[in-house]
Amino acid sequence: MPAIQSPATEEIHPDVALVERAKAGDTAAFEQLVRQYERQIFRVAQHITQNREDAEDITQDAFLKAYEKLDQFQGNSKFSTWLVRIAVNESLMRLRKRKTSKTVSMDEDVHTEEGSIPRDFAEWRPNPEQQYNQAELADILRKTIQGLPPGFRSVFTLRDVENLSTEETAEALGLSVPAVKSRLLRARLQLRERLSRYFRKKQEGQPA
Amino acid sequence: MNCTDLLTHLSDYFDDKLTPRLLDEIRTHTADCQHCRVVLDTTHQTISVYKDNEIYEVSTELRERLHGAIMAKCLAAKK
Repeated sequence: MPAIQSPATEEIHPDVALVERAKAGDTAAFEQLVRQYERQIFRVAQHITQNREDAEDITQDAFLKAYEKLDQFQGNSKFSTWLVRIAVNESLMRLRKRKTSKTVSMDEDVHTEEGSIPRDFAEWRPNPEQQYNQAELADILRKTIQGLPPGFRSVFTLRDVENLSTEETAEALGLSVPAVKSRLLRARLQLRERLSRYFRKKQEGQPA
Repeated sequence: MNCTDLLTHLSDYFDDKLTPRLLDEIRTHTADCQHCRVVLDTTHQTISVYKDNEIYEVSTELRERLHGAIMAKCLAAKK
């Protein structure tokens, strides 16, 4: 006789079972979570700190912290969002240490008006992938995002690079949803403006 | 809708959060406004180019090294 299915139950994220097993002392379950998220955590840390060695340290520290504080994870958010939040905090702390005389926080430099009003109206033709090879393009994209203030860089990275939802981004960064939306708009516009220097359609007679 | 209105709705436009009415207004505005058409197109390309190109590669070697270090730290903390 077929089992009776319960009506329209909310889908449970597979991480929930792994976290429960890890909380009960199952190291293999925690290792599976590490495998799932180590690349993402490394990318987030590298985007925010712009430093590979720091990103490696932060990735290790973030997972260690998560492991030690697993009992405090209540499951109100996704495990991955909780983990990203730990990594973001570690990354901002690392930036603070690097610039001891300056405060680095989610609010630093976000009051700038730069890029909030579009100034460059040139089309991008041909498209960036056609204009540059992969290595050149990656170099341009790295240089350009490096120029954004950390508060904008973090929002753009989580929302547009790592595909977190607006709500998850807000939770991971400890910001309100309207603050995430406002910073995301300005981050996107600033990046667009800066990338236009490389990708704008060349005028006739203008050197490439 | 004018150019400033369009900017305020830009992020919702890319996140598919606009009502059909606002979407129509944007289409009507961009049909006549070359500047906004370019801003819409190049902002879309900005988002896509970062989504589609992994700018910080995580090689297998790096990943294995990281993984080993993470698990070693966690196992040491467990003891």
